[in-house]
Amino acid sequence: MRSAWIILREIVRGVWITARHFVINMWLHTLNFLGLKTRRRGAVTIQYPDEVKPLAPRHKSRHRILRRPNGLPQCVACMMCATVCPSECIFIEAAETGDPEVQKYAASFVIDLSRCCFCGFCVEACPEDAIRMDTGDIRLAAESRAALDYPLEKLV
Amino acid sequence: MVDIVILLIKIVLAMAWLMFLALLMTWVERKESAVIQDRIGANRASVFGLRLFGLFQPFADAIKMIFKEDFVPSFSERLLHTLAPFLSFFFVAVTVVAIPFGDTVHLAARHIALQVADVNAALLFVLAMLSLGIYGILLSGWSSNSRYALLGSLRGAAQLISYEVALGLSLVGVVMVFPSLRLSEIVRFQAGMLFGFLPKWGIFLQPLGFAAFFLAALAETKRVPFDLPEGESEIIGFFTEYSGLKWGLFMMTDFLEVIIISCLTVTVFFGGWQVPWLGAAGFRFPWGASWLLPSWIVTALEVAAFNVKVFFFCWLQVLVRWTYPRFRYDQVMDFGWKVLVPAGAVNIVLTALILVVK
Repeated sequence: MRSAWIILREIVRGVWITARHFVINMWLHTLNFLGLKTRRRGAVTIQYPDEVKPLAPRHKSRHRILRRPNGLPQCVACMMCATVCPSECIFIEAAETGDPEVQKYAASFVIDLSRCCFCGFCVEACPEDAIRMDTGDIRLAAESRAALDYPLEKLV
Repeated sequence: MVDIVILLIKIVLAMAWLMFLALLMTWVERKESAVIQDRIGANRASVFGLRLFGLFQPFADAIKMIFKEDFVPSFSERLLHTLAPFLSFFFVAVTVVAIPFGDTVHLAARHIALQVADVNAALLFVLAMLSLGIYGILLSGWSSNSRYALLGSLRGAAQLISYEVALGLSLVGVVMVFPSLRLSEIVRFQAGMLFGFLPKWGIFLQPLGFAAFFLAALAETKRVPFDLPEGESEIIGFFTEYSGLKWGLFMMTDFLEVIIISCLTVTVFFGGWQVPWLGAAGFRFPWGASWLLPSWIVTALEVAAFNVKVFFFCWLQVLVRWTYPRFRYDQVMDFGWKVLVPAGAVNIVLTALILVVK
């Protein structure tokens, strides 16, 4: 008999909770629809393609290669990133600059984003601070695998 | 001749009302569950960029279902497999003819009842048709020739037959208080006042009967707290082998049942189209004031009141569906036979005692 009362109480409490959520959220939705600002919104939903949540400052997104003032990439083709990369998705071909201060640069620098796991080790490993992952570009879907091979031109 | 035309118009209007409300219910179900759970819900279906809170979603769903493959398994009983969803749908949809939408309208020396057919045993008619809906479930499960579908249909048949008993018993008290089975008469009996201020609605005369009726009716709709016939987490249900529009008919049947149960609850326990203190001539308040209204406004108010009440009970049933977890099968049977049936019986005895003493 006691358990029956507990069940009855919980039944009432359950419907009270959902009805409260419904009434409060409908009230907030109505106010917002009429153009009134409320401290809280009626739903926690972020309607993704329409409204985008700001990325955290420490986020990792698509890589970029920094340039020197003369336009060459800052990369000196030391191969540290390609070595540390756990996904083995960085492919570098070196060339000489003719500048004795710099000596080498990356003539071709391809990142296969279909393999990249966005661990950020390449950024940590780079001695020249040439590669960063702060573009904020996280919509990287493509229609073919080849389109995900990002060459130097798309990375600078 | 004119009578037949009027009857046809009434049939078309009633069916259109029912179908439109059923379409709306799919939207209400989505949106209400979303609002309860702090979400937004389906809002992407648009016509020329006009979204209207996702009100086009039901039409998009309908178009999708029409164009899906109508798959009939080779091991099924083809004729019965096709027949089952239509039976299921028909027996629920046909009950709308007995529901009174409003008082009799006097138009050009004609008396038009806002009801398709004033059946003299309307209450029994509605209950009988809802019971016959079991055939749809049984046939679909059996003709599919699939274990899951058969399990679902057996559960469904057992559950619905059990709750038919509780549903019938809980309504006996009502029939004793309003001595008629005619739904239009039952609504008219609820016109007066109780203790001078309360509307004489069924719920105030039969509170226990209402509780038993509403719980049994929830079980009749086969929706979530009682969705053993479907049981989508374990046996997918009696419509496992259906696809496309036939499956859609089963889904529509569920929503139609919600609407019909709301209509029946409103008609029997909440005064149908009665508005408190509103008579044929206008409002007559208990403190002596009165507000006279032309008859067409009175009729409009009554039809609007009926619709508002039906909407409220549809809302309440969706709220219940999105609040409670499912019963276990033995709990469903226990609840039906050991709680609701005795409650209905006690209600009959109490009602009889009060009627005799008074």
